[in-house]
Amino acid sequence: MTSALIDSLRKGNRLALSRILSQVENGTETGMAALEELFLETGNAQKIGITGPPGSGKSTLVNALARELRQRQPDKKVAIIAVDPSSPFTGGAVLGDRVRMLDLEVDKQIFIRSMASRGALGGLAEQTEALSQVFDAAGYDFILIETVGAGQSEVDVVNLAHTTIVVDTPGTGDDIQSIKAGILEIADILVVNKADRPGVDQSVSYLRNMIEMGYARSINNGKHHLQDFHEDTVNEPAPAGWIPPILKTIAYEYQGIKELTDAILAHAAHLRQSGQWHAKDQASIRANIRRQLITSLLSDFNQKVPTNLLDSLIEKAQKRAISPNEAVRVLLTYNRIISLESSE
Amino acid sequence: MTEKKIRVLIAKPGLDGHDRGAKVVARALRDDGMEVIYTGLRQTPEMIAEAALQEDVDVVGLSILSGAHNALVPHVIAKLKENEQTDVVLFLGGIIPKDDTKTLLEQGVYKIYGPGTDTREVCKDIREAVKMKA
Repeated sequence: MTSALIDSLRKGNRLALSRILSQVENGTETGMAALEELFLETGNAQKIGITGPPGSGKSTLVNALARELRQRQPDKKVAIIAVDPSSPFTGGAVLGDRVRMLDLEVDKQIFIRSMASRGALGGLAEQTEALSQVFDAAGYDFILIETVGAGQSEVDVVNLAHTTIVVDTPGTGDDIQSIKAGILEIADILVVNKADRPGVDQSVSYLRNMIEMGYARSINNGKHHLQDFHEDTVNEPAPAGWIPPILKTIAYEYQGIKELTDAILAHAAHLRQSGQWHAKDQASIRANIRRQLITSLLSDFNQKVPTNLLDSLIEKAQKRAISPNEAVRVLLTYNRIISLESSE
Repeated sequence: MTEKKIRVLIAKPGLDGHDRGAKVVARALRDDGMEVIYTGLRQTPEMIAEAALQEDVDVVGLSILSGAHNALVPHVIAKLKENEQTDVVLFLGGIIPKDDTKTLLEQGVYKIYGPGTDTREVCKDIREAVKMKA
């Protein structure tokens, strides 16, 4: 069953692709087996994360970007993964990002997949990375990953994407917001969308100040024309470090999309030239292995430790007879003894 | 392993702009724990089948209040078949005259809901249909 599906996927059958995406999303055995096989064929796609607050225009922007990428490179395929939140109460979800992406649906070289976050909190779903790998293996050249409407700390996308775009709108805070840690500092490209609204220049200037503070040294080392760099950006050779350009867009009117696409392609070129593409890939594989290691060690551990031991330790800790730290020590000691016994 | 979620596409084919009913149903299914992909107004049958394919949904719900159901529904069914998505449960909501329901049901529509339907009934029907399919 798995291999027949994978064969169809390789032949470009989109229903097979869609079915595999579901299996992987649901973490079924078929899905995991498919992912293991398909991972070996990944590594070619540019993954582009789009994040920002709810209502900032991420979906509309993704729609415009996909169109622009297809127009520019008609032989390339674009995948979109759009994540929306699940209800913490019922587990249900209404996934509405497609509403803004309607004009893409007739282009069969664009594949849009909606995902519910299913309880994950970092702005993505647990299996978003896995789905992006399936698309990568299926020969999609650009994978646009739209996060849940993000606040300040939903920054998981940065670990997954080669290029992270943070979308903001005019009038959403002052300069102190822009020096806080979090979502703004993950941006490779900053976009002020809805640039026909009042306050756009102020927003751009706050963001520019933030960039100048952060990149002061690298700018002074170079020729320092930050202004020029932002204005006619990206076709110039990239500087030693990447300085996030700030771009104004009006996504629903298709304004600024060409410049944004230029920036995305320039960033990919920069990553490849500077060796960061390789480094990012390595970091994401490292994080992936680590995550899986933790999950399987934990489930292995849980199988070995009898529940009544755990329960009694919880009870003791609740009576404040021992601390949670001590409970962990006891569990680890128990586990070590069991392992020694079984290895003898 | 994650529990298998029921995925439903809610779409409005054709030209009428009344999406209140579609939104009420989308919300009810969400509250019943399903994942609802909502595509909004003015969809062609081709767009609906394309979305159903990309989202690998178990169920497609169409809302039609324009009277064009006899033209639109067979078209959607044909497009789903073209994509080899023959196991999708298709239901219909809106203003559908009694005389037309029989034909539509024969063509493969699973259930038809009119105004005043209890949304709990819709949820229950969908769960049953998806269970039978599996």
